[in-house]
Amino acid sequence: MKGFPEQARVELQNPQLRRNLGVATSAIQAKRERAVAELDDWERLREAGAAIKTRALADLPRQLERLEAAVVAAGGIVHWARDAAEACAHVTRIARDHQVDEVLKVKSMATDEIGLNDALGAAGVEAIETDLAELIVQLAGDTPSHILVPAIHRNREEIRRLFARTIASGESLTSEPADLAAAARRHLRARFLRARMAVSGANFGVAETGTVVVVESEGNGRMCVTLPDVLVTVMGIEKVLPDWRDLEVMLQLLPRSSTAERMNPYTSLWTGVREKDGPREFHLILLDNGRTDTLADEVGRQALRCIRCSACLNVCPVYTRTGGHAYDSVYPGPIGAILTPQLRGLRAAPTLPWASSLCGACYDVCPVKIDIPSVLIHLRGRVARERARTDPESAAMRLIGRVFADRRRYERAQRLLRLGRGPLGRGAATVPGPLRAWTTSREQPHIPAQNFREWWLAR
Amino acid sequence: MINQVGGESASAFPIAANLGEPAGPRISFAMRLTHSGHPRLLSDGPAITTGSLEVALFITCFNDTLFPATGKAVVQLLERLGHRVEFPLEQTCCGQMHGNNGYAVEATTLMRRFVRVFADAERIVTPSGSCAAMVREHYPRLAEGVADPGLRREVADLGGRTFELSEFLVDVLGTVDVGAVFPHRVTFHPTCHSLRLLRVGDRPVRLLQAVRDIDLVELPQAEECCGFGGTFAVKNADTSTAMLSDKIQHVRETGAEVVVAADNSCLMQIGGALARQRAGVRTMHLAEVLASR
Repeated sequence: MKGFPEQARVELQNPQLRRNLGVATSAIQAKRERAVAELDDWERLREAGAAIKTRALADLPRQLERLEAAVVAAGGIVHWARDAAEACAHVTRIARDHQVDEVLKVKSMATDEIGLNDALGAAGVEAIETDLAELIVQLAGDTPSHILVPAIHRNREEIRRLFARTIASGESLTSEPADLAAAARRHLRARFLRARMAVSGANFGVAETGTVVVVESEGNGRMCVTLPDVLVTVMGIEKVLPDWRDLEVMLQLLPRSSTAERMNPYTSLWTGVREKDGPREFHLILLDNGRTDTLADEVGRQALRCIRCSACLNVCPVYTRTGGHAYDSVYPGPIGAILTPQLRGLRAAPTLPWASSLCGACYDVCPVKIDIPSVLIHLRGRVARERARTDPESAAMRLIGRVFADRRRYERAQRLLRLGRGPLGRGAATVPGPLRAWTTSREQPHIPAQNFREWWLAR
Repeated sequence: MINQVGGESASAFPIAANLGEPAGPRISFAMRLTHSGHPRLLSDGPAITTGSLEVALFITCFNDTLFPATGKAVVQLLERLGHRVEFPLEQTCCGQMHGNNGYAVEATTLMRRFVRVFADAERIVTPSGSCAAMVREHYPRLAEGVADPGLRREVADLGGRTFELSEFLVDVLGTVDVGAVFPHRVTFHPTCHSLRLLRVGDRPVRLLQAVRDIDLVELPQAEECCGFGGTFAVKNADTSTAMLSDKIQHVRETGAEVVVAADNSCLMQIGGALARQRAGVRTMHLAEVLASR
């Protein structure tokens, strides 16, 4: 298993990726700032958003049971899935029951998280991504690199070449966005009219009414949740909102933070099934997959407030250089660095809590005020506590701690460091370790002949 | 959704506008974030003092060992302004490196030690945004992890007495003009922990604007991290260097001779790369500029 530092090293060497990411994220970031500045109660909205999610999570078992009861009362069917395998098995079984060999997909992080497309493929069912960027990623045999803009690492020309090779072969295609979108539309339209089953995620699930909400820009999601006979929604259990009126806050926070729009073009809300209107069968799969473990961590649980806006990605100086693939995680960027180690376990992603300079830009933009730097530090602590006492970093930290805990030891260490002024220092920079990592791109700091306390005592 | 964002860059390019103009302050930072609410400043209102004050210097282990010139500058500056500086010799390290890397046991030991060493200091001043943030923002959280209500009270009290240098000058002494002269082209990097943990806002810039003969030019994308991040700089050296190379590019766009910041750790990162590239641009702590005459 490669960690973040090694993966990042590979990604950083891709000039096209750096350019695409830099252009795209700086534009989204600037737009978000303008969209947020329009509201004079933005800070209060953030407080409200954080409070709503905190309240829902504090009362999660009851809210989920309310949601289940309301969905069932409206004619829907609710399934519970402890993990990815159970969730995939539910979807696959529903597909088999209806004898379909293809399902439409609404863009969804939860289904990426459980690896649904592969599970369906193994059962002989083709998953068709309908979100334009997800389609691009799927056609390229690639993985998403951004929560909101999965193909952010690709530019228009790359997409034109991909389409010319796949869905638009033989057509004359320019790299104009309208042209590319038209090619995707021609490809997808026939499938929308043909498919009998669709799978979506959920931005929110309202316990009070049993309503599921999907927020999108293209309208392809709307096609998926209205045209087929069977609709299956895979929803992480942290997506539940207690009350209908909570949407008032969330539907202001989410679009401004994610696409920098006052309101997103399509907001689809559905409650169970209805005669002669939309799907005839609706299944809601409530997915745990590490969420209750995350909820048990008093500091880490705030990561479950996330509404997947991706504002933290666009503002992160690490993400905007490495891109999403370096995180080796469905959820990249700062939120991924705190969510993935908790959902999958710290042993599965031990380097992610360090994939940050703790600059704090993510916390400032988070619409539900997740204190990402504090959670990163907390998770570093959980990793550090699991390290063996013989681990070199752990041993060095203990030693340095002892030095700092005593003035005489500290002053002796200062004098010892001065040996680094000579050939010893230059030698140390050649052996693998922190000093060599430092000097690959920077000069060593000059070690002064007299430190401050010596000057103070001598003056 | 297709990625069709335009290629516009937000930052103004200051060099062309500055060439040939008379020297003088012309920086206009749009510091949108307000002060985090220093406990003392909130409870006591503007605590501007005119008499001679006793100030305990928290030098930080980093400055003590590697950047003594910064400490000397703080002493000279505060004495020139008519105040008395004390240096508690028992001080070592605030524990930031341990705290930020998850070594809470060691960090807590160093926090207790810090509380003890500075117990009698009426006001503590430090030339480091991130070490001030450790004391003010992180100590209370560390103290929550310890079953010792007395420690929590002491830590809260300590936070109210601890000031980053620019906060102390502007808020406590109520001065922006410290009588400095610095006839050079300067650009200022605001540093993440000063900006986003302490919320010092435009205090350092106001201090620099009042310096005689300074040619202060705005740094493009100033609020973005330089890539230091403590152990991040070596644990993720490649990513850190990628961030740093963009910071250096912005510094060089300004045509500045000197990059100034209120934290020597960030300056060690920026200066390390400038030196490696033989860029002919040097780094200097804010205190050293303010002490210059």
